[in-house]
Amino acid sequence: MKLFEYEAKEIFKKSGIPVLDSALTDSPEEALSFFEKTKPVVIKSQVLSGGRGKAGGIKFASNEDEYRLAVEELIGKKIKDLTVRKVLIEKKIAIKNEIYMGYTIDRANKCITFMFSDEGGVEIETLAKVKPEAIIKEKIDILEGIDRSRMEDICSGLNYPQEIINQIVEVGLKLYQAFTEYECHVAEINPLVITEDGDVLAADARIAIYDEAIHKHPEYDKEEDTFTELEKRAHRSELGYVEMDGNVGVIGNGAGLNMATLDILLYYGGEPANFLEVSGRTYHKAAEAIDIVLSNPGVKVVFGNFFGCISRCDVIAEGLADAYREGVINVPMVVAMRGTGGSQGRETLKEAGLTEIFKDDIEAGKRLAEILKER
Amino acid sequence: MSILINKDTKIMVSGITGKEGTFHSKKMMAMGSDVVCGVTPGKGGTEHLGVPVYDSVEEALDNHEIDVCGIFVPARFTKNAVDEAVNAGIEFVVVITEGICPHDTLKFLSNAEKKGVRILGPNTPGLLTPGESKIGVLATEYVKKGNIGVISRSGTLTVEICQYLMKEGYGQSTIVGLGGDAVVGSTFKDIYKLFEDDEETEAVVIVGEIGGSMEEELAEYIEGSDKSMPTTAFIAGQNAPPGKKLGHAGAIIEGGKGSADSKIDALTAAGVKIARVPWETGKLLKENLKVKS
Repeated sequence: MKLFEYEAKEIFKKSGIPVLDSALTDSPEEALSFFEKTKPVVIKSQVLSGGRGKAGGIKFASNEDEYRLAVEELIGKKIKDLTVRKVLIEKKIAIKNEIYMGYTIDRANKCITFMFSDEGGVEIETLAKVKPEAIIKEKIDILEGIDRSRMEDICSGLNYPQEIINQIVEVGLKLYQAFTEYECHVAEINPLVITEDGDVLAADARIAIYDEAIHKHPEYDKEEDTFTELEKRAHRSELGYVEMDGNVGVIGNGAGLNMATLDILLYYGGEPANFLEVSGRTYHKAAEAIDIVLSNPGVKVVFGNFFGCISRCDVIAEGLADAYREGVINVPMVVAMRGTGGSQGRETLKEAGLTEIFKDDIEAGKRLAEILKER
Repeated sequence: MSILINKDTKIMVSGITGKEGTFHSKKMMAMGSDVVCGVTPGKGGTEHLGVPVYDSVEEALDNHEIDVCGIFVPARFTKNAVDEAVNAGIEFVVVITEGICPHDTLKFLSNAEKKGVRILGPNTPGLLTPGESKIGVLATEYVKKGNIGVISRSGTLTVEICQYLMKEGYGQSTIVGLGGDAVVGSTFKDIYKLFEDDEETEAVVIVGEIGGSMEEELAEYIEGSDKSMPTTAFIAGQNAPPGKKLGHAGAIIEGGKGSADSKIDALTAAGVKIARVPWETGKLLKENLKVKS
């Protein structure tokens, strides 16, 4: 679950990481008095995507006209397909230096990684490409954590007065605390700024909490803002659904098999419109699943690929047959069905009136290719 | 021969009295797996599916010899269940449970590594030696005894690929599921090494997918190994959009890393034959073995 900057900064505040006073608003009126006492200010779009500065999502204002114009322009603006609903207003500060600091999980080494760079302000992925030597990476065993002396070692090479280094060390330790307490996928400060006055502040904040841990932090449990409407609907039904740009709806059981179905489609020259997975827990929801797939107007053909193991094909077929009888399936649908309940499932689909039914995905894939050619 | 489990392997099931534990323990027993006991706190002293249930792993070990522990408990209890099995001295733990937060996974993996315990999973379909034994949820109807080692990150797709191997006449020595999570214990490389040392295994099939770098790590290992075998791979998600989780928590291309192309390139460079679709796996394996003989 990705958090907005203002949510991440709430967590920073609770964790003792210094942030600026701010106001969150969706209209100029609401935060006018904050603006008046704080100006000049920076006005930042709250969207869950990187690179919002380049996309024009950050504006500055020093008088009321500029302020009103900026807020009105930003609210409702689209940044990488995401709509800005709120802006965060903070005092514009004089920045002397920018540092990058972040924690994430290293899949390969099975540990937490601390990343640190004296060259903050650019996206870490970009910095990693153009100047990897500027990033310090430290592996941390989650059972041991990171202590002050190790953090002091990491920061000891920095060319700042000791008083500032002490503040950076403090932020590094507190960010680790937040990263582990909230069970984050990422906790990042970019940039951590050093002001002309010698203060150390988190100017931006990025936190993503693991979906598996979000139930422990219900205040941040929201449907992901990056989901499309259909993705949200599928999420509520516990169906794995991802929307894409093509015209073939893909539905199947098991994550791996479903990914392979996308590959089969690619092999035959088709383009997927989506990925919908029913699992051992949700295979009885096939009618709902196919309805979601066909609610995407881009879908012209459906490719269903099922191999019954824990999920039973006969049960999946009942759901699909119901959907067909109710007229939900209104485009050609090619189905491969085998494994547990396979022959019974194929029978059920035939009886319901579906015609393109196959025993394996080789034959089904070939037929799909023919249908795609005819179109 | 086989790797990790055979008909003599003594299995303990953690969470045996739960819905999932009961369903799959029954299937394991039906194919001949030697499930000797189960653990469910609070149910100690009872019997379930014809085997004794204990309150703790320690008690179970007082009464039985145990080679492997299969974990079927709900996600919120999993870390403690794994730690308990590892701390009590069980040497191999298979974590079937799905939906564990990677922070918990890191914790039990770190503990297990310090104690030299092998972990499979989490979110693994488990492992299966056809005709002998299984721990987990892999279907037994579509596999048969043979000489091909299979290592995979998924469940249903693995069974489908085993079926395509059988169409070409190949059975399996052992099928090992690594798990679909972002952080898992055993890797392709770890299991591949075991197959290299298994006399019965003649070739290996890899079922990889997008996300992480386990396939690249395996490719690097194969290039440097003097024992490597004919290896065929299928990588799922060749058409996957970046930044989206495709079903498995670990199947995601992040920050430009973990794409199918990267894995396919690395494996190809190491001499591994790449199937573009699942059914090519069996045919490529056949060619691969012909070249060898």
